Amino acid sequence: MSDPTVRVAERPDLLTAETSEGAQELLARTATAPSELGREVGSVLRLEGHGFDPTDVDIERRDDETMILNMGPSHPSTHGVLRIMIELDGEFILRAKPVIGYLHTGMEKTGEELSYVQGGVNVTRMDYLSPVINELSFSMAVEKLLDLEVPERAVWIRMMMSELNRISSHLVWMATNGMDVGSTTMMIFGFRERELILAFFEKTAGLRMNLNYVRPGGVAADLPDGWQDDVTVICDTIEERSYEYDQLLTGQPIFRERMVGVAPITAEEALALSVTGPLLRSTGVAWDLRRTMPYLAYDEVDFDVIVGTYGDNFDRYAVRLNEIRESVRIVRQCIDRMPAGDYRSQDPKVTPPPRARIGESMEALIHHFKLFTEGFRVPAGEVYSAVESPRGELGCYLVSDGGPKPYRLHVRGPSFVNLQAVPLLMRGGSMSDAITVISTVDPIMGEVDR
Amino acid sequence: MIELPAAAPVDVIVTDARATDIACFPRPDQYRDLVRAFHDDGFELCVDVCAVDYLEHPGRELPEGVTPTRFEVVTNLLSMSRRQRVRIRVQAGDEQPEVDSLFSIYPGSEAMEREAFDLFGVVFTGHPDLTRILMPEDWEGHPLRKDYSVGRVPVQFKEAPGPR
Repeated sequence: MSDPTVRVAERPDLLTAETSEGAQELLARTATAPSELGREVGSVLRLEGHGFDPTDVDIERRDDETMILNMGPSHPSTHGVLRIMIELDGEFILRAKPVIGYLHTGMEKTGEELSYVQGGVNVTRMDYLSPVINELSFSMAVEKLLDLEVPERAVWIRMMMSELNRISSHLVWMATNGMDVGSTTMMIFGFRERELILAFFEKTAGLRMNLNYVRPGGVAADLPDGWQDDVTVICDTIEERSYEYDQLLTGQPIFRERMVGVAPITAEEALALSVTGPLLRSTGVAWDLRRTMPYLAYDEVDFDVIVGTYGDNFDRYAVRLNEIRESVRIVRQCIDRMPAGDYRSQDPKVTPPPRARIGESMEALIHHFKLFTEGFRVPAGEVYSAVESPRGELGCYLVSDGGPKPYRLHVRGPSFVNLQAVPLLMRGGSMSDAITVISTVDPIMGEVDR
Repeated sequence: MIELPAAAPVDVIVTDARATDIACFPRPDQYRDLVRAFHDDGFELCVDVCAVDYLEHPGRELPEGVTPTRFEVVTNLLSMSRRQRVRIRVQAGDEQPEVDSLFSIYPGSEAMEREAFDLFGVVFTGHPDLTRILMPEDWEGHPLRKDYSVGRVPVQFKEAPGPR
């Protein structure tokens, strides 16, 4: 007689005892009430009254005909630690349920412990592919509370850096999506071009990622000498290369087979699930905060909002590819029209004095010391500011109690919300389509879990 | 300043928030009806649902007639057709915060309400699957509450030299 506590194949309950996520787990059909199954159990998708028919779900199916499969949290195509529980019939997906939280590090809680000066360092790590845009969202919320005017040049620098960041984020998406559908060439290409942008970030801000470049009041440093040439080279290269990607992928039969018509979503479904960004635009809804609720100086530059038609994988790919070109267009206009002036606000309460002043001015020394030990105080109130990140609406809800630290910092991560569309997109598709669904939804787990 | 939709409950308090969006302060029993009215009035997107714990806040500015409670649930709605945002702040209660779920109006609020439940313990009545989403299933407490102490785990270095 073997020891009953030893884990053996005959005792699956022991084997899985420590792997259970409890109520988050996708349950077997026998363990689920029919009404719950009718609403597509456990999945986030329960679209009553939004065009979803509950009777559409086959609730009579027996458990031994289906299989519950756990994918992730450590899976090469989940782009991080995303875990998806999938119920399969053969190769086709009946139900899917994303389980998240593996990268939860309590960044919102941390944000309450950091002053507004330090806050950027925290938020920049949430969506690690678009650090500048994260900082921008946070800084704009702080500036709204402070009622602080940002100099013209800082606005344009922010806009240019955001667009460069959008390009680099979309390039990583092109790369990883290429990887997921089997094109390692695209993966190398995407990361190669992104390197150009990261090198420019390093030259400007000192860091390649997590820049802490956009700060309340302006930006951390002025653009380096000769930046026009660097950025022009980036624009020329990426614009030219974007046509290479087009040649490589758009018409390629294998790629089209994996993308065209796969995992479609309608505009109604997308809106009901609060989906934003390229995922929403691929359904034909021309909603881009840069155009519809302009911030920075987006109302002064020319660009097109790219929309798709069918909301399938291919449209999402096409939207992102073309957004790269539109961003290049915006960056070119920034080069031509970059105004002269200060790159940060000259309000001594918010902006630290230049390093050289500290040695000669008592006030500068005091301001510098106060800013970096205590931070600046922000009037009490609450504010929501939203920007368009490469993944959708990135919102920052900030509550201040009048002190130097945020009373509450909430970040509305577009990936977190967009992830709700995954069960809907996966449903009825095959297992290999599930990979492309995760890829084209483009969740960044750092932002999902925060 | 925009006008409340005609179907909204009558005595909802409305103020101008900073910037372009307005804030509404419904009572918990008006919350769902108000959101429903906004939804039917062309607010297509429920952008955000989050909670705030005002335990240590020295006193926030609230319009007359609103009784502040410890927890507040903040919902951001967006109308694409009108390019308008509206923020709905509902006083959720002190000890056992509870508000109606928006799930049947905006299915997309599902994950955000779960997050607010997980991190603040706000119960959303009518939510189909109110379980923890970010924290482990067996976690005790709600970490973003102000009275939740930030614990520390001592870092242990294997075979580290002792203090000199």
